[in-house]
Amino acid sequence: MAEETLLSDDFLRQLINVGEVDIVVGLATHNNAKTIEPVLGAIQSGALKCFPRERVAIINADGGSQDGTTELVAKASIDDLWRESKVYALRTLHSISVPYARTPDPSKALQTILAAADLLRAKACVLISPESTTIEPDWLQRLVRPVYHDNFDLVCPIYTRQKFEGALVRDLLYPATRSIYGYRIREPYGSEFAISGRLVTDFLGRGIGNEDWGKMGPEISITIMAVTAKYRVCQSFLGTKAPSPRGAHDVVSVMRRTAGALFSSLDSNFPVWSVISGSENVPTFGTATEVEPEGARINRRRLLEMFSTGVAQLEPVLRSILSSSSLSELQRIAALGINEFDYPAELWAKTIFEFVASYHKSIINRDHIIQALIPLYRGRSLTFLTENRNGSAQNLQHREESLCADFERLKPYLLEVWADRK
Amino acid sequence: MREIIVNELTQAFQEMAREIAHYLPRLIVMLIIVLIGWLIAYVLKLVARSLLRLTKFSKLSENAGATQLLHQAALPSSTELVSRFVFWVAWVGFVLLGVNVLGIAGLQEYISRFFLFLPRMFVALVILFFGLVAASFFSRAALLAAVNANYRSSRLLSTVVRVLIIVFAFSMVFEELGVAEQTMLIAFATVFGAAMLGLAIAFGLGGQDLARKFLEKRLVQHNKEEREDELSPL
Repeated sequence: MAEETLLSDDFLRQLINVGEVDIVVGLATHNNAKTIEPVLGAIQSGALKCFPRERVAIINADGGSQDGTTELVAKASIDDLWRESKVYALRTLHSISVPYARTPDPSKALQTILAAADLLRAKACVLISPESTTIEPDWLQRLVRPVYHDNFDLVCPIYTRQKFEGALVRDLLYPATRSIYGYRIREPYGSEFAISGRLVTDFLGRGIGNEDWGKMGPEISITIMAVTAKYRVCQSFLGTKAPSPRGAHDVVSVMRRTAGALFSSLDSNFPVWSVISGSENVPTFGTATEVEPEGARINRRRLLEMFSTGVAQLEPVLRSILSSSSLSELQRIAALGINEFDYPAELWAKTIFEFVASYHKSIINRDHIIQALIPLYRGRSLTFLTENRNGSAQNLQHREESLCADFERLKPYLLEVWADRK
Repeated sequence: MREIIVNELTQAFQEMAREIAHYLPRLIVMLIIVLIGWLIAYVLKLVARSLLRLTKFSKLSENAGATQLLHQAALPSSTELVSRFVFWVAWVGFVLLGVNVLGIAGLQEYISRFFLFLPRMFVALVILFFGLVAASFFSRAALLAAVNANYRSSRLLSTVVRVLIIVFAFSMVFEELGVAEQTMLIAFATVFGAAMLGLAIAFGLGGQDLARKFLEKRLVQHNKEEREDELSPL
């Protein structure tokens, strides 16, 4: 059993004291004292308002916080909320904080939360990012209701984003997962999502969290497992995603957790995805809101410089990964000026598929393949930025759809390069 | 007089015949050993080649950069080279065994030395191979890290890493083989020391201000600026 190895005796004792629950809300934290309080408040309000009759437990898996995050979670009380909202829960809302490691490990954090949910026999488990400062109490209901009432197994979020937020999701994760696995899931790597008790048990039982792709990107691995095992998947519009502070994400580690996990998942799931062509919609709850205006200014020249330098300096590495036609095309566009620069969608899709095939064949060290993708992603981001600088939300959607169509059209090319013995 | 000559000649021929009769079976045994050795060596070559193909050794050697080196030196592929090496080592071993059967004094010591040298040669080859693998891996890792950090002289950094590891691997190989041990050690220490001293002088004395600015730009401001220029990926 996963619980035996993941959960400490003390944590188990606390869980046994809680008994069975209906909903588990998981928070994987690491030094989130600045943002955790409003997030906790929204979760508690959401539980009181939307699930007053359900037994809810907040499980906080902490990766060695030094800023008092765990104390804040442990102290969290719903008494104040009761007084303020005049809504009374019929059940107790438990809050447990457990340190799972001294350093953050997203895979272990997720497994700890899921193991706790499994032990508490929760019908639904919802994961909330402690950095989601824009969270509203309704998010809990939007995520949990499809699992709790409509029998779905995975609820992925759809966020309203600022125009240039989530470039990697828009340009790589969404089109690639859609074309490969055949489901139009807008956020395959969500900060927030909900899963059913049976998916939790199956995920732990199959030991996905211990496989390479599960360890690399636990969030995306749940989505991939759900679609490959034919679980019922849906999406729910949540609201505005909290804008990440500029430079908050290290692109290399983000690329490993997302593209790395996606590429790695393809080896064992080949029989499933290789027979899929096209893509299908998944049920979507809620309504979309307008794309918010972009406030950020990005130095396009620097992006171009990073792309051009990357293509030139990494030429020997790219030569082993890409076909000669794709490489020469990249070298051609790397020489273009800022105003003429264009990294076409078709070339981008071909590039990604050639990277996928090289990753599968381990042409060079797999982590090096993922790192070599970063300058190219920057080049594609520049084109995305240029194309959509003055475009409306509708234009943006149209371009996204067109990119996805290119990925789907080139799926046979992926199968071809995948099978190529060279 | 004539009789003496005939006697001497007869004795010499008899002696020669005795010697030949004495050596002929040994010679035949030697030839048989050499022939069987050739067959065994050939089979070993085929087995080695199949094993290397099964374990995708050529891919490993390509990753290590060894294939490129061999190609530049107009040598056969790494798989072919290793299987040929196995053949020659095995066959030369059998030839020496055969020669040993002849019982030629003095040769036996050289033969035993050869067999004692084989394990060291094998270890040296293993060191060289893993040295090349490490050089290729770490130089590529340095190149990727430098490019992704937008460091301008990424290739130079990568080359320096590669050369240092290769020099280190070769010094270990020569030490293992016992070839010019002291010379290699001194040469390595000199090259390494000179490189470090050069860098220390260049950065420490020659351009204190430049070094400070360079480090500040690279490690403090530049990272911040660069990160701020990224689009938010998630």
